This record gives sequence, C-alpha cells and structure tokens, in this order.
Amino acid sequence: MLPATLPLLGMPLPGAGAGVADGASGESVLPPAGLALLRWQWHEVEAPYLVAVWILVASLAKIVFHLSRKVTSVVPESCLLILLGLVLGGIVLAVAKKAEYQLEPGTFFLFLLPPIVLDSGYFMPSRLFFDNLGAILTYAVVGTLWNSFTTGAALWGVQQAGLMAPTVQAGLLDFLLFGSLISAVDPVAVLAVFEEVHVNETLFIIVFGESLLNDAVTVVLYKVYNSFVEMGSANVQATDYVKGVASLFVVSLGGAAVGLVFAFLLALTTRFTKRVRIIEPLLVFLLAYAAYLTAEMASLSAILAVTMCGVGCKKYVEANISHKSRTAVKYTMKTLASCAETVIFMLLGISAVDSSKWAWDTGLVLGTLFFILLFRALGVVLQTWVLNQFRLVPLDKIDQVVMSYGGLRGAVAFALVILLDKTKVPAKDYFVATTIVVVFFTVIVQGLTIKPLVKWLKVKRSDHHKPTLNQELHEHTFDHILAAVEDVVGHHGYHYWRDRWEQFDKKYLSQLLMRRSAYRIRDQIWDVYYKLNIRDAISFVDQGGHILSSAGLTLPSMPSRNSTAETSVTNLLRESGSGACLDLQVIDTVRSGRDREDAIMHHLLSGGLYKPRRRYKASCSRHFISEDAQARQDKEVFQQNMKRRLESFKSTKHNVCLSKSKLRLRKAGRKKDGSADKDTPNGKPHRASNLPDTAAVILAVESEEESDSSDTEKEDDEGIVFVARATNEVFQEHKVPGSVEVCPSPRIIPPSPTCAEKELPWKSGQGDLAVYVSSETTKIVPVDMQTGWNQSISSLESLASPPCAQAALRAARPLACAPPRANELRDPLANELRDPLAALVTPSPEPHAGFTFNPSLAKAGRSRSESSADAPEQPELQPLMAPEGRGCPSPGTANARWLIQFNRSGRL
Amino acid sequence: MRKCSVYSLNSLLTFNQYVLNAYYGQDMALLKALEELHRLSREDFQRIPELAINPLGDRIINAFFPEGEDQVNFRGFMRTLAHFRPIEDNEKSKDVNGPEPLNSRSNKLHFAFRLYDLDKDDKISRDELLQVLRMMVGVNISDEQLGSIADRTIQEADQDGDSAISFTEFVKVLEKVDVEQKMSIRFLH
Repeated sequence: MLPATLPLLGMPLPGAGAGVADGASGESVLPPAGLALLRWQWHEVEAPYLVAVWILVASLAKIVFHLSRKVTSVVPESCLLILLGLVLGGIVLAVAKKAEYQLEPGTFFLFLLPPIVLDSGYFMPSRLFFDNLGAILTYAVVGTLWNSFTTGAALWGVQQAGLMAPTVQAGLLDFLLFGSLISAVDPVAVLAVFEEVHVNETLFIIVFGESLLNDAVTVVLYKVYNSFVEMGSANVQATDYVKGVASLFVVSLGGAAVGLVFAFLLALTTRFTKRVRIIEPLLVFLLAYAAYLTAEMASLSAILAVTMCGVGCKKYVEANISHKSRTAVKYTMKTLASCAETVIFMLLGISAVDSSKWAWDTGLVLGTLFFILLFRALGVVLQTWVLNQFRLVPLDKIDQVVMSYGGLRGAVAFALVILLDKTKVPAKDYFVATTIVVVFFTVIVQGLTIKPLVKWLKVKRSDHHKPTLNQELHEHTFDHILAAVEDVVGHHGYHYWRDRWEQFDKKYLSQLLMRRSAYRIRDQIWDVYYKLNIRDAISFVDQGGHILSSAGLTLPSMPSRNSTAETSVTNLLRESGSGACLDLQVIDTVRSGRDREDAIMHHLLSGGLYKPRRRYKASCSRHFISEDAQARQDKEVFQQNMKRRLESFKSTKHNVCLSKSKLRLRKAGRKKDGSADKDTPNGKPHRASNLPDTAAVILAVESEEESDSSDTEKEDDEGIVFVARATNEVFQEHKVPGSVEVCPSPRIIPPSPTCAEKELPWKSGQGDLAVYVSSETTKIVPVDMQTGWNQSISSLESLASPPCAQAALRAARPLACAPPRANELRDPLANELRDPLAALVTPSPEPHAGFTFNPSLAKAGRSRSESSADAPEQPELQPLMAPEGRGCPSPGTANARWLIQFNRSGRL
Repeated sequence: MRKCSVYSLNSLLTFNQYVLNAYYGQDMALLKALEELHRLSREDFQRIPELAINPLGDRIINAFFPEGEDQVNFRGFMRTLAHFRPIEDNEKSKDVNGPEPLNSRSNKLHFAFRLYDLDKDDKISRDELLQVLRMMVGVNISDEQLGSIADRTIQEADQDGDSAISFTEFVKVLEKVDVEQKMSIRFLH
C-alpha cells in the first residue's frame, strides 16, 4: 500500500510548501510583469485541494486494502486505516518537520460525523431498534453514566495511591471529566468493526444503538464536568448538580425533539416534490444536516437529533420520493458515510504522530485501559442481569461477552479530549495520550480479535436471507395475534402500544406526510411483493432474459390504456404456475383511476430495468429527467418483448402439430380462473402436473398509418397497448379435426369471454360480431388469415424492429409467406380488416385452404426452435385481428389496432 | 353458577390478571374455583374495543373457543393463552420425551396456522389466504393485487405442488423467523 500512496502523498505536500512560499513572495514583492500566460495559483485552491486529495488518498487506500481479500477478512478496515494514518503522519512529520493535517474537532463534529450518524439513523432497522429500545436505552444511559463515574473515580483512586507520576496534575473533577469522554462507546468504531463481524441482529442493534444514543449522556457529562472544572470545584453549588441532572434530560430529549421536528418537516417537504424530483435527495441531506446543526447550535445532542431525524423520516420519505431518488439517497448516504469514516480513521492515525500533544504516563494509560475494560464488562453484566428479568429473549453469557468486548472507543473521544482547555485542565496532554492509546487499543486490538472471538464463542450470526412474502405476511399475523392477546388479557405491553402507534400513524401521520398516491398503495405486504417482483425482474435482466422461456417469466408490460381491462401479467403467471412474476405495474393495469405518478414510477422502473441500452439515454436536461427518454426506453423494452414473443411464436408454429395430444390434455386439465373446477369436464387441474396451463396475452398494437418505416422511435408511447391477461378458454380441437393437419399454423382464437374482456374497446365497437366472438369461446377458428396474419407480422415487425433486432426478426419473417408492404396495410385497410375479422368470428368448422404455410419455412422455424436450447416451453401464438372500435381510448388517431393473442402454454 | 358471565370490561380485565396470576403461580385450588365459576362467551371478548379494530380480531376470538362451542372456561382460556408464554431456558432441554408444551415453537406456529386454516383441512388454500390478506391489508389494494400476492405467497411456500400451504410447508417457510420471540408475551412483570 505504501508505494501506491507515496507518490500521492508527495505531490501535495512539497507543492503545498513551495506553493505557499512562492505565492507569498511572488505576489507581494514583485509587480506583475505584464499578462502572465500561466499563473500558479496554489494558494487559492489549497484548502479544497487538500481536502480532495486526502479523500482521494483514503479512497485509494481502501481500494488497495480490498485488493487482498485475505487481509480484509482478518483485519478490519478501520485498523488498516489507522495504521495507514500513522505511516502517513510519520511521513508528514518527516517532510514538513511539523505535524499537520490532524483531526480537528471542528471538522470532525461539523463535517465528518454527521454523514455517518445520518447513514446509521436512516438505515436503522427501525423495528428491531424499537423492539430493543428498552435495552438500548438502559445501556446507553445507565451504562454510560456508570462507566464514566467508575472509571473517573477509579483513576482518581489510582492517582491518590501514588501510582501516577506527580506531573499528572488532576483532581477528582478532572478525572471524572476524562472518564466521561473516554467511557462512551463510539458509533463510528462500533459500526466499522461490527459491520464486518456479522453478529446477530439483536446483538448488533443493542451495541450500535447504545453507541448512538449514549452521545447525549456523553455530551451532557462532558459539558457539565467541563464547566465544573472551569468554575473550579470550590465554586460548584448544589444547584449546579441539579442543573447538571436536568440538562441530561434537556439535552437528550431536546436533541430527539429537534430531530423529530426536522423529520416531520422533511417528510412534509418531500410530499410536494412531485414536479421537482431531482432535488429530492438533496432535501433529505439538507434537512438532516440542518437538524444536526440546529441541535449543535442549541447545544443539544446533535447525534441524537440526526439519528431521530433519520429514523423518523424514513418511512414517509421513502414512500414519497421516486424510485430513482431513493437509490440516489441510498448511494449518496453510503458514499458520504464511508468517506467520512475512512477519513476519520486515517486522520486519527495521523494525529497520533504529533508528539507535541503527548505526555505519557504509564500508570494513567494502563489504569485507564484496565478500568474501561473492567467496568464495561461489569456494567454490562449487571445491567443485563436486570434487563433479563424483563426480556422475552434473555441475553445469554456469550452475548454479554461480545457486548463488553465490543465497547470500542473512537474518534468522538479523541475529538472531545482535543477540545479540552489546557489552561483549565493541566493534565490535558496526559489525557490526550491516554485517549489515543485507548482508541488505538480498542480499535486495533479489540477490532482484530473480536472476529475470532465471535467465531470461537459461536455467537449466533446473522443470516442474511431475502425477505419472503410468507415471512412478511405471517409476521404481520403474529403481530396482530399478539396485540389481540394483549388486549384480551388487558395487559398493555409493547405490542399494545405498537398497535396503538400504528393506528395513529395510519390515521393521521401517514395521511399528513405521505402524498396521497403513496399513501393509498402503502402496505407492507404489498411493498414486499413489489420488491420481490423488482428483484426478480432485475435478476431476469441480469441473466440476459434467458429465463424468460425456461422459467416462464414475463417482461413487464406496458401501462394499459384500457383502464377497464382488469388484467395483468400476474394473472397470466398464475395460470401458468410460474415461480416468478415480473409484472411491475399491476397497480397501473389494475387500478383504473391510478395516479399518473404510479405510471411514471413504472416507467422509471422499467427504464431502469432495461440495462443494455441505457447508456443511450443520457439526459441533457439538468432539471428534468426526460420523459422522452423513458418513453423510448419503454419502447425498447416492449420491442424486446415483442421480438422474443415472435421468436417463441415461430418456434411454436410447428408445435401445434406436435403437441396435439398435449393440447387435448390441456383441454381436460385446464386450470380455471379462480377456483371453479366444475368447468373442467374431466380430470382435476393440477398445476404441478405436466399439463400445460394456458394463459393468453392479448396485444393490442396500434399500427399507425405511416408505420411502414421501421423507425419506431418516433412512435408515440401511447400508441402501444399491451394488455396481458389470463384466459380460460379451452381449445376445442376435436371440433375442427382437420385444422391441425392441414394448417399447421398458429390458431386464431377468440379471446375468452370474461367480464373484463367484454369491456375492451374493440368489443364494444364490433357490436354483434364482438358479442359473438366473446361468447363463442369454445370454437376454434381455423381461418383464412393469410393476409391478416401477414399484416400482423409486418406490423409487429415494424414495431419491433429496432436496428439491432433485425437479425432476430429475420427468423420470424418466413412466417409471412408474402411479406406485405406497408401500403398493403394502408390502402386496403378497411377491406382486409373486415375480411380476417369475418373469418375470425365465423366458427367455420372446416379449414380454409388458403392459409397454408410454406413447409420449408415451417421446417426452418422448427429447426431454429430446436436449436434454441433455452426454450423448453413452446408457447402458441394466436393472432387475433380486429379493427379498432369506437371505444378506443385515442379515437383521434386514424389507425388500426391489431390484436394478437398469444396463447402461451407449456410447462412453465 | 353463571352469575358473573356478564362482565363489565374492567372486571374482565382485572379478572384476567387474576387468573393469570393464579395460573402462573400454580395455584391450582384458586384456578379450579375460578374455573367452576366463570365461563366466557364471545360477547365478552367482543366487548374489548381494541379487539374490535384488530383486523384478525374475530379469528383470534374464535381461536379461544373450542370447536362448536360458544363458551370457554378458564382452562380453555388459559390453554390458549399458554401458547404465548415465552419459552424458558430450563424448558428447552427437558421436554425431549415428555408431552410437548403448549408454548413450544411448533404449537405457537400451529396457533397461527389455524387462524388461516378455516376449514380445518390442515392446508391454507388460496381462498383462505386471500381472506386473511383482505383483512390485513387496507382497502387500497385491489382484489387483483391481493390475488397475485396470494399466488406468490403460495408459490413461495408450496413444495408438493398442491397449490396450498400445508402445516409442514408453513413451518418450513418460517424456519428462519424467531417465532419463539415473535409469538411470545410476557404477561407478568
């Protein structure tokens, strides 16, 4: 790591010295000799430049550390950073002859600490936190008080016993002050170490929660003692002690209150950012930082304020802001926190080199180390004993060992000790040295050994499992059960109050703080379902879409313009019994009056899910995320979708012949929509059996008059309606026995007569014919569909042929024996549309001879499908063409709507 | 005999505490006396206002009543409540061969399972799941969405492919959940 960082280090430092000297001498002494072509202005950029370089150094160091998995698996990153800081500090000391770039308390408290605390507060598992709030508060308040008193008093005792050098001039108050700052468990250090250890969640949240909440106690004790020391112990009145105790409540509750107020403001603000999505992440950071500064200004507990702000606002903010903003918040927060943490540890190492601040006293150092370990362990054991009387799941001995050992001290203690006033606290140098040793000892020694210790003690580790719907659902049930039982018993326990809070939250807070659309769909079970879907979708995209055919996944569908069509791909999946659902916008298709926002959200999602072409979507606008880009992205997703469907169709074409028996089976074994099994004539539907379930996807494709150009980019997004629904129509192949043999083509069948379908616009437009179509579901219609079919293909091609898709589509082209040109589409539109429709709706029992496929082409399609190994399922495609009726949602466009019914079947 | 069967809410609550004390204090004589005296009817439960707004309130009330009965005596009442007793450390080891205590993990889970399983066929069918979902989620989620949630839930849990969740599958799905903690209440402090 050294060679990597040395050049970086060498660059700014000599530059700094030289630049400052040059700038000072050159500009003050010499008058400017004309217009300088180049001017060296190091002076002006020095401060930000140094900050940037330090962060860069720290980040590069991090990269170097993580090059070796072995090292980081043994040594915590914080240790490495401190060691690096020591080395860098030594070099700085050697080069500059004085210690520079130290951890300044001001910088630390104002800039480095807030991101870490905000991150931990915002991503705090709130349920876990509140479940263990009692224990956390006990350890944070009682434990910290206990630690500081006992450590301070014991050190004073050591001094009285004469074990310290007489140069350590400190009274009892000084030692208590020192005890207060050295006793607090440090959130940064705890987080850094425990994140790598992976102990179970309860243990983690207790130690971590303690480290966050004890800030209030530390701040109060520190301030009280500090003022006592400054006043001099003789001048401290009894009322001061009372004030000290009172200030504990003021500082802690005040800090929490400030945090909650800002959380409220933040949630309320994000409710109205619908039109300025781009600033949503900024708001989160600004208001949280404002909370921190406000609390700091009022000398309240700033850490507590930010923690509460993060915990309090998260639920509402997450619901309000867009998906992209959520990602942005998450990543920015993590980046800032990790950056700050890295810099803190590195600067800590550098600061330790400055021996001018040091004053070593072996007695004090050893005494402090011994006492903080001892009293920490003692305190934990005592408190745990008390707490275990009340805890549902008692903390066992191993937990207690880890908790005692996990009490790491860190940068907060160091910053506080640096802040001490040397004139008031004469032993400051000794305290500084001791603090540095304690911090280094806890972070390095304990940090290094805690992992083996945890392993050796077999502490229950956390198992990171993905949330499942079942878990979420059943845990909800458990909560309700427990709340109900507490009600029955009349025992107002935790569950009772949680239930109360949830009722309150639902009734008032959420209504106030969430935008209406978010509030309406707000449900935890639904959330989990939604997230699972997204996860599936992402993994689907990551795998390049190969599981589409094998696992029966379906791409996200387009938002439906036919809001009356209560359909969704989920239905389709239910029918096909697939293990995953990619329908990201059930909300959109299902809820007719859904807000536009949901549609936008879906667009964002589906845009984000389609990775490969994303780079073309760079938005030029700073203020708006271009809708156009999203629309195009959606289009591409759709085109991809279509392409895939065409391919699967092609592979299916011949399959109709091959799977005739299969189809008969299906006829018997059709799974009915819902639970009505009575419709199945014989045999029970069994999803796990090999009988293929059928679901149909109806594509209503609006082919515009000028759609002959393959430039689909110009097409209006609204022009494509992709409605997927499950159908329960049954093939009645025996009624048309000849059709399969004569016409090995995809069948065109009418859609199922469900209520939703009856409301589809083209139905209403067709009058009697439409009714006939929807009622005659059992009739297979072998049609003279050549022209119509060709048109559908060509229209699909024109839709689904971005340049990249051409190759894939070429395979689909043979389907159209005479590939129609666009003028065919345009001019004889009315006639030809009537024609296939008539054929379509006429349940003629004999096949039309006119519709035959070129056998060789069919063979080609077959061979192709056989060659595609990842398509074990062979969905049939049934195109259904019907002209658009008057019920079309966009009647203004003179265009034809093509309905293609894909009958997807196969073992999914 | 049934002079106390109509309580005010308060008396029910204080009474509950009383019984609990007796139960946990192993005061069998007192318990027996109480058992003789009181029977609880559904109305007694329904009078609890908080229970009325609990989405699963009715189901949970039903869980207190033995099948086909309208009243529950104290033994039954306590047996139900005993499901929620936390598992003590000393209980973990000793019940290897004895009868399974009511507050074992399996029994806790079974209690929850029975809330779903209305028709007592030891399977949670899609309809049963949908009913519970309908109760638990707000009106804002449409039937369609609920259906897909239910489907997915069943798909997740279903192992034998019968489109229903059997108790074994139910246990399996929740094996990572800390049921001992999440289905326990400390009644007495």
